[in-house]
Amino acid sequence: MNKYYLNYLEQLEAEGIYIMREVAAQFEKPALLFSGGKDSITLVQLAKKAFAPGKFPFPLVHIDTGHNFKEALDYRDNLVKELGAELIVRKVEDSIRERKLTEPKGKFASRNWLQIHTLLDTIEEFKFDACIGGARRDEEKARAKERIFSVRDAFGQWEPKLQRPELWNIYNGRIHKGENVRVFPISNWTELDVWNYIRKENIPLPSIYFAHYRDVIAHEGQLVAVSDYIQIDETDVIMNKRVRYRTVGDMTCTAAVESNAETLDEVVNEIIATRISERGETRIDDKVTEAAMEDRKKGGYF
Amino acid sequence: MDILRFITAGSVDDGKSTLIGRLLFDSKSILQDQLETLEKQSKNKNADGIDLALLTDGLRAEREQGITIDVAYRYFSTPKRKFIIADAPGHVQYTRNMITGASNSNLIIILIDARLGVIEQTRRHSIIASLLRIKHIVVAINKMDMVDYGQERFNEIKSDYNKVVAQLNLQNVTYIPIAALHGDNIVEKSEKMPWFDGLPLLQFLEEVEVADDINHTDPRFQVQYVIRPQTKELHDYRGYAGEIINGVYKKGDKIKILPQDIETTITKIEIAGVEVEEAFAPQAVVLHIADDIDISRGDTFVHIDNLPKVENNIDVLLCWMDNKPLQPGNKYFLQHKSRLIRAIIQEIEYKVDVNTLEHTAVTDSVKLNEVVKARLRTAAPLVYDPFEKLDGTGSAILIDETSNSTVAAVLLS
Ligand SMILES: Nc1nc2c(ncn2[C@@H]2O[C@H](COP(=O)(O)OP(=O)(O)OP(=O)(O)O)[C@@H](O)[C@H]2O)c(=O)[nH]1
Ligand SMILES: [Mg+2]
Repeated sequence: MNKYYLNYLEQLEAEGIYIMREVAAQFEKPALLFSGGKDSITLVQLAKKAFAPGKFPFPLVHIDTGHNFKEALDYRDNLVKELGAELIVRKVEDSIRERKLTEPKGKFASRNWLQIHTLLDTIEEFKFDACIGGARRDEEKARAKERIFSVRDAFGQWEPKLQRPELWNIYNGRIHKGENVRVFPISNWTELDVWNYIRKENIPLPSIYFAHYRDVIAHEGQLVAVSDYIQIDETDVIMNKRVRYRTVGDMTCTAAVESNAETLDEVVNEIIATRISERGETRIDDKVTEAAMEDRKKGGYF
Repeated sequence: MDILRFITAGSVDDGKSTLIGRLLFDSKSILQDQLETLEKQSKNKNADGIDLALLTDGLRAEREQGITIDVAYRYFSTPKRKFIIADAPGHVQYTRNMITGASNSNLIIILIDARLGVIEQTRRHSIIASLLRIKHIVVAINKMDMVDYGQERFNEIKSDYNKVVAQLNLQNVTYIPIAALHGDNIVEKSEKMPWFDGLPLLQFLEEVEVADDINHTDPRFQVQYVIRPQTKELHDYRGYAGEIINGVYKKGDKIKILPQDIETTITKIEIAGVEVEEAFAPQAVVLHIADDIDISRGDTFVHIDNLPKVENNIDVLLCWMDNKPLQPGNKYFLQHKSRLIRAIIQEIEYKVDVNTLEHTAVTDSVKLNEVVKARLRTAAPLVYDPFEKLDGTGSAILIDETSNSTVAAVLLS
């Protein structure tokens, strides 16, 4: 075999590092959107590698819905300390109060949609011109259409029918004042690629990604953690199950899966064996309409 | 395991999206919940009860109109390879989106409807494939079910397309008769076409050799970002971060910094903070040099005995991608990897007819999806290679200063 050969994870990593460096070089105030999930943790790893031994060049921005897993918050705070990076937290709760937004009601009232307001306010407050996000094209059909440098207007809106051509790996990050670019360095990674990379790099993850016991209720076949943020009805049966999470998001709309996987190897094996997609298994909010994601992105979502 | 990036092209309704859906479906890359949603949406159901094209047509407008508007990327793996697929639109109007997908592909599958044979759009996409120098071409003759799986029709189309191959001087062309809708010759050899002795599509895609497509003989490196920690411990650290575009770099290599035209030596190579003896394309590295030279983003490092061109006046092919026509005499930004310089289009020599390859005089303005030969003048010397020789350093884009849009793909010569 050719001596100068990169396997698929090394190729994806090289591409991700290249994109990180383009962001640092092309923008004045870039930020990395950090949720505490495995995708944003992968972004942090790529950025660390891109600028080593220099200091981490982006602030981590957490748009906090208030419905967090404690384990993810602890992980976040530790990581920030270790990186010596700046952490910016903006709370959806504050946007709701200040902007007199109406909170969705219902059993799993999610603040996912309301996050957009907080995100756009944060972008404006700090005058961020680029926000790096961990979205992957394999997650969802609308995402599969998005460029790596996705230009958004002053309202954060995505215009899917008028995207800039994106040729070779030449990224045009030029924008007008008030606009911003969402950058997705792991666009070409699948869920399994992310897990394999985390395993290869031996990156620590929040403990909720591994099997643990937790009180849950079953809702349309999905397991939702019992918390102060969801409404428990009389008909709900609270069960204590051994579960892990495939994604970390808002507690109200992220479902757990039953699992005994305690190590990265075991998690990877389960992901390989699963017949259900990440979104299908874990997102309670996306089932509403076929175009839910397209609509949210047009409205400023990442 | 490596990666194969490929694009599907061809005219409207040739079955590109269906083919990708079929590849995903038959390689078991579609998960149960995705299938259920698909079954619910499908109106034009096939024998499996689903409309395979819906797997990639992700925009509301696309589903409503039953066409593809912009590239969709899909992913799947077999034990041999990871595949990144770009599903391109077939409509002429969306050719620029097709070019976006094609520019990052190692291989192109050109679909031909067996009933229609080689048509204008087949030719157009083949010309784009040849302009962009896509290294491998699969001509998939689709809808063989509509022509009774006949060998004669297949051979007829094959000999027609061979004329295109000769005219464009295409290399590595493989023909496969398929019926995407029914899965013939996609994953398994079709029993309906026993006369075909080639590989089914997926097996071909798994085996086609692409590792050698990366150039490891002409070292090219461009600075993306300068790392200067300026901390107490790393006070004098100054590393040049970038991607090795082509070739191999070793510690101790004698190099030349361009366009400064200064010689120096590589003293250290790092990858993610770890020192290595050598590095190669397409690794993301940090290079250190022996001398104190003023170097910034966009500057190029090459071996002293393997030099690129350094010029201000450059002949180029432009694929125009903007709704606003090209304005000769206007200034644009030229982005060449990480280098950004002003450029002016001095002269348009001729238009390339993307159906016949003929050169025609430019009487009118140059509009969306047209290809022209032009002469650029850059405000500072550009360090580059002819696209024919090295595509990584031979390609660039033009950006409209006022709209910030990417208005053209530039092939340097
Ligand atoms: N009979 C037959 N029909 C096919 C075959 N493959 C695709 N089709 C049909 O051809 C039509 C167009 O298919 P699409 O996959 O949407 O075509 P496309 O090339 O992606 O079209 P655009 O993206 O809009 O350019 C659909 O009705 C398919 O069901 C085939 O092998 N046999
Ligand atoms: Mg299509």
